[in-house]
Amino acid sequence: MAKQEQEVRIGFYVCHCGTNIAAMVDCPEVAQFVGTLPGVVLSKDYKYMCSDPGQELIQQDIREHRLNRVVVASCSPLLHEPTFRSATEKGGLNQFYFHMVNIREHDSWVHTDRAEATSKAKALAQAAVHRVAHHKPLETKRVSINPTTLVVGAGIAGIHAAMTIANSGKKVILVEREPTIGGHMAKFDKTFPTLDCAACILTPKMSDVGSHENIQVLSYSEVTKVDGFVGNYTVTVKRKPRYIDEEACIGCQDCIPACVFKQPKFADEFNEGLGKRRPVYIPFPQATPQIVAIDPNTCLNFKKGEDGGRVVSDKCKKTCVEACGDKNAIDFTQVERIEEYEVGSVIVATGFQTFDARRAPAYGYGRFPNVYTSLEIERLVNASGPTGGHVVMRDGKSEPRSVGIIHCVGSRDKKTNVWCSRVCCMYSMKLAHLLKEHTGAEIYNFYIDVRTPGKGYEEFYNKLLDEGVHFIRGRVGEVTDWAMTPDEEGKLVIRVEDTLAGYVRRIPVDMVVLATGLEPQQDAQDVRRMFNMSCGSEGFFLERHPKLAPVNTFNDGIYIAGACQGPKDIPDTVAQAGAAAAEVLALIDKGFVEQEPNTAFILEDECSGCKSCIPLCPYTAILFDEGKGRAYINEALCKGCGTCVGSCPSGSIVQNLFDDEEIFSEIEGVLAYE
Amino acid sequence: MSKEWKPRLVAFFCNWCTYTAADLAGVSRLKYAPNVRVIRLMCSGRIDPQFILEALTKGADGVLIGGCHPNDCHYVEGNYKMLRRFQLLKRMLGDMGIEPERVRLEWISAAEGEKVRRVVNEMTEQIANLGPLGMPGRFAEWDREVESLAAQIEAREGGGCGCGSSGAETAEKEVAHV
Ligand SMILES: Cc1cc2nc3c(=O)[nH]c(=O)nc-3n(C[C@H](O)[C@H](O)[C@H](O)COP(=O)(O)OP(=O)(O)OC[C@H]3O[C@@H](n4cnc5c(N)ncnc54)[C@H](O)[C@@H]3O)c2cc1C
Ligand code: FES
Repeated sequence: MAKQEQEVRIGFYVCHCGTNIAAMVDCPEVAQFVGTLPGVVLSKDYKYMCSDPGQELIQQDIREHRLNRVVVASCSPLLHEPTFRSATEKGGLNQFYFHMVNIREHDSWVHTDRAEATSKAKALAQAAVHRVAHHKPLETKRVSINPTTLVVGAGIAGIHAAMTIANSGKKVILVEREPTIGGHMAKFDKTFPTLDCAACILTPKMSDVGSHENIQVLSYSEVTKVDGFVGNYTVTVKRKPRYIDEEACIGCQDCIPACVFKQPKFADEFNEGLGKRRPVYIPFPQATPQIVAIDPNTCLNFKKGEDGGRVVSDKCKKTCVEACGDKNAIDFTQVERIEEYEVGSVIVATGFQTFDARRAPAYGYGRFPNVYTSLEIERLVNASGPTGGHVVMRDGKSEPRSVGIIHCVGSRDKKTNVWCSRVCCMYSMKLAHLLKEHTGAEIYNFYIDVRTPGKGYEEFYNKLLDEGVHFIRGRVGEVTDWAMTPDEEGKLVIRVEDTLAGYVRRIPVDMVVLATGLEPQQDAQDVRRMFNMSCGSEGFFLERHPKLAPVNTFNDGIYIAGACQGPKDIPDTVAQAGAAAAEVLALIDKGFVEQEPNTAFILEDECSGCKSCIPLCPYTAILFDEGKGRAYINEALCKGCGTCVGSCPSGSIVQNLFDDEEIFSEIEGVLAYE
Repeated sequence: MSKEWKPRLVAFFCNWCTYTAADLAGVSRLKYAPNVRVIRLMCSGRIDPQFILEALTKGADGVLIGGCHPNDCHYVEGNYKMLRRFQLLKRMLGDMGIEPERVRLEWISAAEGEKVRRVVNEMTEQIANLGPLGMPGRFAEWDREVESLAAQIEAREGGGCGCGSSGAETAEKEVAHV
């Protein structure tokens, strides 16, 4: 491997990171040791390498000491590799003459023996010093950014992000899997802590989205495939058939009352099953887009097909078609369509689902009719809900005179979900206020702790106390209909250990509300996989850095916003959506991304033409030149995994930044230190 | 070598899952045995069996490979490709008399910092029980054996054509190349 290269002159820096590293690793000792290694011209330890003076130090040393390689031992390269590469470049070197050693996340933070941690740091540093000698100057490739953005999920997060981007003049494709946009917020009557009407703030935003010239709303649709890389993604979207021609439907809804079902008969999803709808329906009056949908599972014009799916039977009188008249918007022959879109960046805003109350059987949901979930109550107190805001129990007439609200159902519980869902205390108090306002009932809140961190939230809690809502501290043991006294007869009895009073109480109520927690969506893992993101241990999408990159993911060009990243309220959701939009706009305005040059190439002279690499490449980037009898790699398609390199029998494929020499010298370096 | 022996593990972690998980272990301040040295690769698919052999020959007592869970590889299926090579390599290592516990493959997602801790600790303990692998020493011994064999042959053949010594050289090279 004798190359015409000048003598290797390495500068080595070990960072104290305040005391983060220095407390467990003897930094001066590491610097002293590395200074004795061949090729190392200078070796220093410094308090904060990533600070301006730290970066300045590198640049100055490169110039003064004619360094041609730089190694920094500090935190994870996933955090500061770009910082030090840029310092290296500013010092006048190719940025890839740099290598980073992780002695914080992988060393000082995880070990407890200072001597051991110090020798590990030395070994890792030695490996980097060996490796960096083999580094080659590389050029990053500039890839242009497609200025169109895909937003997945049209809850308040997706809506806000889409609007922000569209208002700056950029195109947005907004994909929502339900027939209407709006997400959870569209179901609420009022929002805490201001008790402003959710519809009044959300529905205008929804119709703005629907009519925005820069936003294309694809409702009742799902992304099924994502190909490409930051700046240039091709996304495949499945458009589910709603049996309505979206262009032709004007939203008059004449078809709905014309349906052969004279009365709405089927459980209405938007109202959590508390109301009824016909097979042809619009989820709620302000739904966006204002286009009806036909549910083939209940529509008489469909029957069960051979594969279990629904096929057109043509058995119905089709009074809806008649009512639609010459608009001709109803189309029973519609089938699922697959469409492709080209976008440059993606914001994933797929929100949350609530905990399934049946998973807490002691609380009797599904067993006792008058045990409700919080979302059901949201609909029940809603002026546009199934009862017009009249709070009646499942019998359809009686109003509750006492209500128990159980907090933390499926939250803060080792048996179900360990995390705090953050909004339940607040929405429970909101519902307490609304239920009291609507019915004058006695309201009991059963809580573990009341958590009110937020602007105006503690004040809201105080207001509730003033309103005479009861708060009982204790995790509820069970809800039962077994009466022990005459006044418990016909009631639901909440058994709880009142941890302030110090005894077990039985509180009979008419209605029980379960404040169900927030969970990752059922299909979060599929969505994560599709967009190449990660999930945290609870299953919410993982941000790149909890503090410094809260809306970025590990995949460049893919951002997250809202409750899909973790439970949060509307103000935080909107703030995150704005942040994600700003990230996207920054990317678009820059116009290009620098791509890591870690692609592979084939040494033509050494390739034996065995073709074993070709089927290994997941991107079909490897082609075969029949004339020469050699394989070659299309660099534009190569994403730099190195799978072909690892399996080439003749060792003729080289991966930039991870070539064999570099890795072998790293292995050797890591083991050379005892 | 006269110092108290402690197992030395070399780990190859893919950038997207396991390396990130090890970072997470750090951020969460989980504590684990200091015996592992991590080498970062973009994908477990990059791992050439030679890397593992090289690590063992250069003095590692064990090698840990970490990649994304099946279906989760950032590059679609690099981890499957690695798995296939790994199965073959395991057989070969077995034939060489290397205990199976010394080379381990684990799927560790970016969220599983705890698993990094567990696996490293488990492996350190298992290998501490097995004792040193001592490949560099074994190689030196094999080299000496080959040399003495070569010398014997040469003595028997009366040292005519010199092919004996070149034979020893190739043998030595091959061993070193494993
Ligand atoms: C009972 C209850 C009451 C609440 N009350 C309040 C309140 O008063 N004040 C407050 O600040 N917060 C409140 N919250 C919290 C609030 O609901 C959330 O902060 C907010 O809804 C988060 O918005 P989002 O857009 O992130 O998610 P969501 O509202 O869940 O929206 C996500 C959207 O993405 C769509 N989607 C999901 N997956 C896909 C996919 N794969 N493809 C396409 N589309 C997809 C969904 O259909 C949905 O439309 C309450 C929560 C609950 C449960
Ligand atoms: S990227 Fe992790 S195994 Fe391929």
